[in-house]
Amino acid sequence: MTDPSASGPVLSADGLPLRRSLNRALRRQKLRAFLLIAPLLVFVLVTFLAPIGDMLFRSVENQIVSNTLPRTVVALSDWDLASDTRPDDAAYHALAHDLVIATELKTHTRLGTRLNYEASGMSSLFRSTGRDVEDFGEAVSKALNALDPAWGTPATWFDMLGDPAWKDAQASWAASGNRNGEPAFRLADTARDALPRTAELYASFAQITQEVNGRSLTRQDPWHLVADTLIEEIKATPTAAAAFAGDHARRLAAVAQADLPRADFVAAFGDSNDRWLTPEPWAVIALYAAPYTPGYFLNAIDLGKTPQGIAPRPVDEQVYIVLFLRTLWLSLTITALCLLLGYPVSWLLANLPARQANLLMILVLLPFWTSLLVRTSAWKVLLQRQGVINDILVWIGLISDDGRLVMINNQLGTVIAMTHILLPFMILPLYSVMKTIPPSYMRAAKSLGANDWSAFWRVYFPQSVPGIAAGSILVFILAIGYYITPELMGGARGVFISNRIAYHIGTSLNWGLAAALGTMLLVVVLVLYWVYDRFVGVKNVKFG
Amino acid sequence: MKIKTLLGATALATLPISAGVGFAQDLPACDNCADSMVLMSWGGAYQASQVAAYAEPYSALTGVTITWDEGSNEAVAKMRAASEAGNMTYDLVDVEGPDAQRACDEGLAVEIDFDAALAPGDDGSTPTDDFGTSGSIINDCFVPQIVFSTTFGYRTDVAEWNGATPDSLCAIFDLETFPGMRALEGRPKKNLEWALLCDGVAKDDLYDVLSSDGGVERALAKLDTIRDNVVWWSAGAETPQLLADGEVVIGSTYNGRLFSAIVEQNQPIAMLWDWQVFDYDGWVVPEGLDDARMNRVMHFLNFATDTQRLADQAKYISYGPARGSSQPLVSTHATLGIEMAPHMPTNPANQQNFLVNNIEWWADNQDEVEAIFQNWLAR
Repeated sequence: MTDPSASGPVLSADGLPLRRSLNRALRRQKLRAFLLIAPLLVFVLVTFLAPIGDMLFRSVENQIVSNTLPRTVVALSDWDLASDTRPDDAAYHALAHDLVIATELKTHTRLGTRLNYEASGMSSLFRSTGRDVEDFGEAVSKALNALDPAWGTPATWFDMLGDPAWKDAQASWAASGNRNGEPAFRLADTARDALPRTAELYASFAQITQEVNGRSLTRQDPWHLVADTLIEEIKATPTAAAAFAGDHARRLAAVAQADLPRADFVAAFGDSNDRWLTPEPWAVIALYAAPYTPGYFLNAIDLGKTPQGIAPRPVDEQVYIVLFLRTLWLSLTITALCLLLGYPVSWLLANLPARQANLLMILVLLPFWTSLLVRTSAWKVLLQRQGVINDILVWIGLISDDGRLVMINNQLGTVIAMTHILLPFMILPLYSVMKTIPPSYMRAAKSLGANDWSAFWRVYFPQSVPGIAAGSILVFILAIGYYITPELMGGARGVFISNRIAYHIGTSLNWGLAAALGTMLLVVVLVLYWVYDRFVGVKNVKFG
Repeated sequence: MKIKTLLGATALATLPISAGVGFAQDLPACDNCADSMVLMSWGGAYQASQVAAYAEPYSALTGVTITWDEGSNEAVAKMRAASEAGNMTYDLVDVEGPDAQRACDEGLAVEIDFDAALAPGDDGSTPTDDFGTSGSIINDCFVPQIVFSTTFGYRTDVAEWNGATPDSLCAIFDLETFPGMRALEGRPKKNLEWALLCDGVAKDDLYDVLSSDGGVERALAKLDTIRDNVVWWSAGAETPQLLADGEVVIGSTYNGRLFSAIVEQNQPIAMLWDWQVFDYDGWVVPEGLDDARMNRVMHFLNFATDTQRLADQAKYISYGPARGSSQPLVSTHATLGIEMAPHMPTNPANQQNFLVNNIEWWADNQDEVEAIFQNWLAR
């Protein structure tokens, strides 16, 4: 070691290099600052960013189609959507396979609901076919039973395909007389090698029967599809029978020899609903097969995917553009009215002597502190046909009793109530900005020869612009996402896009579309904010 | 007035509890059961009738804490959200028949073995037969409690009607004889059927017409004729309020709501029972409960849907019990002391013309028709 005092780093009092001890002190400070904001950060992450991220994700997420109909999606991958012909028979076979499983898991109704968002009629199609699909290929099972009644006993199947160790466990379970707790089925390796497709299909049947339905394999005949697959496979490779023991080999050889019918899934789907014989439902499945889809966003602007590309939805389904425009237009109207009504009040507040100004301030703040629902309900009482305003107008003879004004359950009702409710959000920022404008400026302008108007317009008004900007943006952003007041006052034609979002969340359960609409609302607000920043400048916004 | 009624109801609600001690021995023990439950219902007078008729008696007998969630109008959405989150927060959910069908179809509700899980009727009938007499068994998940109907009420003091009183459903569509605003539910169900009935479709052909091309549009075209005179409601309590305020002259809602407006609050309103639509309301048990919670729910369900409990409920609200064996036990209103039978939708004089909601058709077509209707409404 060399002498530290010669060329080494500067040391602090405790003998550590000064840089290190400074870093340590700073680190401790940073850590303390971070720990102080950590609760808020976690809160914002958990309650704000995570839900928004989840919402954004839901608006494109579409795994339900490929999860529910994996085989159909594959079978349709090389079908030409735009053609006028239905897909080949393999697609019907794949759909039968997928639907048999989906109906057991009860996922076909959700899929139908999902696809119905894109094409009306898909929900009832899946529901009704879901009821029938269990019987598709029934004739095959019957023919097999006729050939050898043993095929009609569930035990024949699991004895033929089951793993020997599992069969022992199953047999001792059966002997115990327990009703629950049948050992989970395991395939024999020999069966999987000899008849791979039949074995896998039976294994998935066994898994669903035992795990999902909680039933014993001894009581359940396998799906007709299993019988159909068995016939197909054993006829293609008759030698596979040799892989099985005794009776099973004999029975399989007999199946390979016999002339047995095969399931006609095209006819079966056609019998269930003749729409399956047209290309339309298949096109809907194929168009929305991808795990992520722009479908909800297209839907949110009245577009949809068709085999020919993206196209407008049918006229009677086009509602969202209208709703977005209505929301924007009404929000602008409300903002303008708030400004018109709020500006003079703010001016009075800023310029009256303190006593009157305080009283006026309380009048502004009282409704602000009152519950939103109470104020909205109060407007209902005032505005309705038999309400206070109409009664007074009739009483003073301005309108006749049958000519009462309709001021509620329409856009007028929404605008009146929302203007009142949002007014304080305009007045308060305006007031706090106006309070900072010295009255001497106006007096100076007048003493230099300006009349009242030009003194106001050229001296006072420009200084109040930051307040106008702040109030307007506050009112507008609050208005565009408003829900409860339009819901209660707006009737059918005075509602906003947010009411539609609430409807899709709570009633129609179309969460993807709700997420897409919400995302678009967010984007519209951000775009408007950007536009606003360019023209007014966010720097000019002052809340006081 | 209303507060008084409520107080009266709670005062009386304590009676069945003291009376209930008598059958405490009959209540079977519950092994491995949770000691609290979250029930979802509709709030308001209906939930109050459930609290008084069976929730409080059950808590008194077993000490189980029951928490209520008033979310039934969005029951399926809430169950789906809870199920997707993997945390089923509700133990028992009160839903209407079509929602039960939907929950059952989507695997959100568990199937219930009626004869094993529910109490036999007082008259010795099996639960299946007992509920079957009122035709209320609509699927394997749904344990019905009540039969209710959606029907119309009208103001009895409308000067413009010149003394005419509506005696047929189609008065709704007759703006000349019966001018004024109407209140209809902002949902397609029932409205479409009523529109077609008044457009000349026979009762038996209704769903064939609705299923055919242009059937729904035909119903909407009929509704278009009165569209500018309609206030659309979303909660059943709105119509009695609108009628009482004179905002509408005629409107549809659940018969129990009109009953309280007419009988309990003496409003100048009368019932128009013509073509009332019957529907069922009952319980579903959500999928995804652990054993202890499931045991508790089934124990409660057995108690809450027995003959006496369902008949008790009719003391508090004018909905008919879903069990055949409960019907003879329906007596008088808990506080007003009036006979409840004439106010029941199932009273023969009230059901000369009636519809029963076709649950299967609506389960199949709800998604489509709802979307068409909402788009029609939004335009």
